[in-house]
Amino acid sequence: MIKGTGVSPGISIGRAYIFNKGDIVISGIILENSEEKEREIDKFNQAVISAIDEVKAIRLNPQLNLKPQDLDILDTQIEFLKDPQIAEDVHEKIRKDSKSANDAIIEVIDAAVHMLRNMDDEYLSARAADLQDIGNRILRNLNQCKSTCQEFSENTILIAEDLAPSDIITLDITRVTGFATQLGGRTSHTAIIARAKGIPAVAGCGSELTNLINGDTLILDGTLGELILNPNSEITDIYKSKQATLLNEQVFLKSLKDLPAFTTDGHRIKLHANISNTRELEQVFENGGEGVGLFRTELLFMQSDSFPSEEEQFNCYKQVAIKSKNKPVIIRTLDIGGDKQLPYFEIPRENNPFLGYRAIRICLDQQEIFLTQLKAILRASIFGKLKIMFPMICTLSEVKQAKKCVKQVKQELIDLGVDFDPSIELGIMIEIPNAALIADLLAKEVDFFSIGTNDLCQYTLAVDRLNNKVSALYNHFDPGVLRLISSVIEQAHKQNKPIGLCGEMASDPFAALLLVGMGLDEFSMNAKSIPSIKSILIKNSLSKAREVFKTVMEMDSPETIINYLEEVIK
Amino acid sequence: MISKDYIILSPQGIHARPATELLKLTRQYKSTICLKKKEKLVQLRSMLNILALAIKCGETISVIIEGDDESDAALAIDSFFNELLKKL
Repeated sequence: MIKGTGVSPGISIGRAYIFNKGDIVISGIILENSEEKEREIDKFNQAVISAIDEVKAIRLNPQLNLKPQDLDILDTQIEFLKDPQIAEDVHEKIRKDSKSANDAIIEVIDAAVHMLRNMDDEYLSARAADLQDIGNRILRNLNQCKSTCQEFSENTILIAEDLAPSDIITLDITRVTGFATQLGGRTSHTAIIARAKGIPAVAGCGSELTNLINGDTLILDGTLGELILNPNSEITDIYKSKQATLLNEQVFLKSLKDLPAFTTDGHRIKLHANISNTRELEQVFENGGEGVGLFRTELLFMQSDSFPSEEEQFNCYKQVAIKSKNKPVIIRTLDIGGDKQLPYFEIPRENNPFLGYRAIRICLDQQEIFLTQLKAILRASIFGKLKIMFPMICTLSEVKQAKKCVKQVKQELIDLGVDFDPSIELGIMIEIPNAALIADLLAKEVDFFSIGTNDLCQYTLAVDRLNNKVSALYNHFDPGVLRLISSVIEQAHKQNKPIGLCGEMASDPFAALLLVGMGLDEFSMNAKSIPSIKSILIKNSLSKAREVFKTVMEMDSPETIINYLEEVIK
Repeated sequence: MISKDYIILSPQGIHARPATELLKLTRQYKSTICLKKKEKLVQLRSMLNILALAIKCGETISVIIEGDDESDAALAIDSFFNELLKKL
């Protein structure tokens, strides 16, 4: 077995085809006089012109059915081909160092490719592949060997050192069912194209790939990043059945990714994700999340040895804003206390930490911590669509105080001439029964609500869910909890305020329809749960969800409710 | 000579697509147009040089224009950074 990095999931069983690009070698020729040099420069200029023509021809070829991103790649390549810097460098190597055009091109392109790769930037490394690609194209034109169009047989697994963008664009890959490359990783062109086309791929397999020969039977597992060479029939059968199950599941869940969550009768529900750091954002969008419903800022504070500075926080929030590309991100202000402690911030021992000094209570008491965080969020707000959410709100006065702090920070920023989003939305978490009961009063003060069912449930039922002796009493399907949730949603809507839910209940498949029936606008959950919740929502109607809600509200115990909900989504 | 600073607000910074557009735009003018990030200065005519500046969202760059048609070029550059870039 050959191990690499799985860069495009799925299983492919097929035959190897070794893709060679023709060897590029330095000739070592030293030119003798200026006549020869001018001839080489001429040859180079001609090769560049032919190369540009070739790329333009690819660009206009209707049979290739190019997508906008393919056209972008080709446009970039044309710019590289026209690049006066590259041309000047090649000319200079020919004139001053007496190199042949062939050698000059190789050296100039190599140097530029290295420069881009060494910048430690995924995006620029990918452009290095474009540059290498145009270098090869100029060389092929210089040496008069035109690239030929390859015909592949069915179920071909393409084996290459690495595939250049134009290779993938120009090759007829309709019969290619897998890619394996020696080099590259998740952000290489091969990986991106393979994922876009849904072809399993393994990159970074290393030199072991050179041992393969044309026609070898291969199993390629793009999920685990494995290649099995000449497998026996037993293993092949195992993989064939794996392949079938995977295909069914994947085709379905994948097809949902870019599909907005509409019920069958056209009611739109937003599916967002909960995250704790910027790295998790990629998963959010891979799973079709339309934004971040809860960015917990605690991790940023817990990873530090002291309170993170405004600058550190600003950089983190800015990253989130930029990476979300204008999709909404709700940043929850610091929620410590209860079971979450900071090593550098001592909270005196309490008998009831969950009823004690925590979250917004700390922030309003020690406003320096709060103001610093608000300032960092506001400064970052110009880079995307950020919203601020206060946790553990209990009373109206707390909301007013928190808003006053935001106002104060905004004024400070105005005085300093620092940009921020003046209409940034402010919302609160509804997780204390008192807040739920005065939702009508609170809704007037804020732009949105988000129900935190984990705390709301434990406060309503007076159950510490971390205490084994009583945790069985904790249940978000308790009729009391459900009544509270439904009344909060109703009150929010009376004031035309959107309402989300970011507790574990949002990813509970049994709760999905019930919550839609109650009128919930947004679900926020761990990214991986999004496709399965979406698959439930799009198969059902709003009217059915309302019926489910009505029926559930007449039931008298969590057990009957769960049994009923299980039946409903079967 | 005209010199002007811009803060890049497009999420991906100056990646290949905006760079391509920028190159097409500057080719229409006779003026020498340079791009400066911190102490690094490059002429705005090479894709390689623009990408090598690795201009990211949130960074400030200066554009320096010198030549007969510098005021026209400055206007075009201005609308590129203030309007066009957002759409690329």
